Amino acid sequence: MSWVMILSLAGGCYFLKLAGLVVAGKAPPSPLLDRVLSGLTPAVLAGLIVVQTFDRGGTLDVGVGAVGLLIGGVAARRGAPFAVVLVLAAGVTAALRLL
Amino acid sequence: MSLLVFTGASQFAAVGIISSGGEPLSALGTALLLAARNGVYALSIAETLPTNRLKRLIAAQLVIDETAAMSEAQPVPEASQEVFWVTGVSVFIFWNAGTLVGVLAGQVVGDPLSWGLDAAFPAGFLALLLPHLSDGKKKLAALLGAAIAAISIPILPQGLPVLAAALGAAVAAALGSKKGRRRHK
Repeated sequence: MSWVMILSLAGGCYFLKLAGLVVAGKAPPSPLLDRVLSGLTPAVLAGLIVVQTFDRGGTLDVGVGAVGLLIGGVAARRGAPFAVVLVLAAGVTAALRLL
Repeated sequence: MSLLVFTGASQFAAVGIISSGGEPLSALGTALLLAARNGVYALSIAETLPTNRLKRLIAAQLVIDETAAMSEAQPVPEASQEVFWVTGVSVFIFWNAGTLVGVLAGQVVGDPLSWGLDAAFPAGFLALLLPHLSDGKKKLAALLGAAIAAISIPILPQGLPVLAAALGAAVAAALGSKKGRRRHK
């Protein structure tokens, strides 16, 4: 994680937040753009989950991490706090690796 | 990073991609795509925020999932603004305090793989994703995003599948508008 990276990300994220405030007074976004934007976060998060769980350097692979993810998902679904979800997913995966 | 970027999903995405060997540029692109929703939140709560320019510039940094949700849940605009500041400032303090604890703890942890920390990232994203699946359209976008990512992993260079997943949002929106038109007829 370089400082250039962190600063560009910070700048970009702040710009996006501010842009919303500035644009708000002017034109409302078109309905289609609105729909694309509302689907953007779910789509990217879902993509990230798939890539981080199943991507092993360009090949799809189901490993023990998938089990950890599943357990973490069930916990999240049941309203477990964020930290508990992380610890459960990591713990289950680490335990399976020891087997 | 928590002080400056202050939008969790993007931070996790950037760190996750870089630490799994992805390109910095694709990490940046993914993180910014995730941050785009803050712009949408800002749009929807803009009228409840202060009109004073300096205060507005500070308020902009605090526009995140939590503050937008809390402000929108208030029935009157005056309450919204107060709730916005209370939520924003407290999340900011605890988010950064938590980060500091994590950094200090991280130095004594050692090899992340043996602790299963690689599974903690996707599980965290899943926990972040669930509250976003409030309606059918968003579920469709998430499903398409996941499918596109899965298909493109063997085809595209590392880091790009996540960016490609963003297309899921566009496809879901296009499908949705077609369905909407059909219903009108």
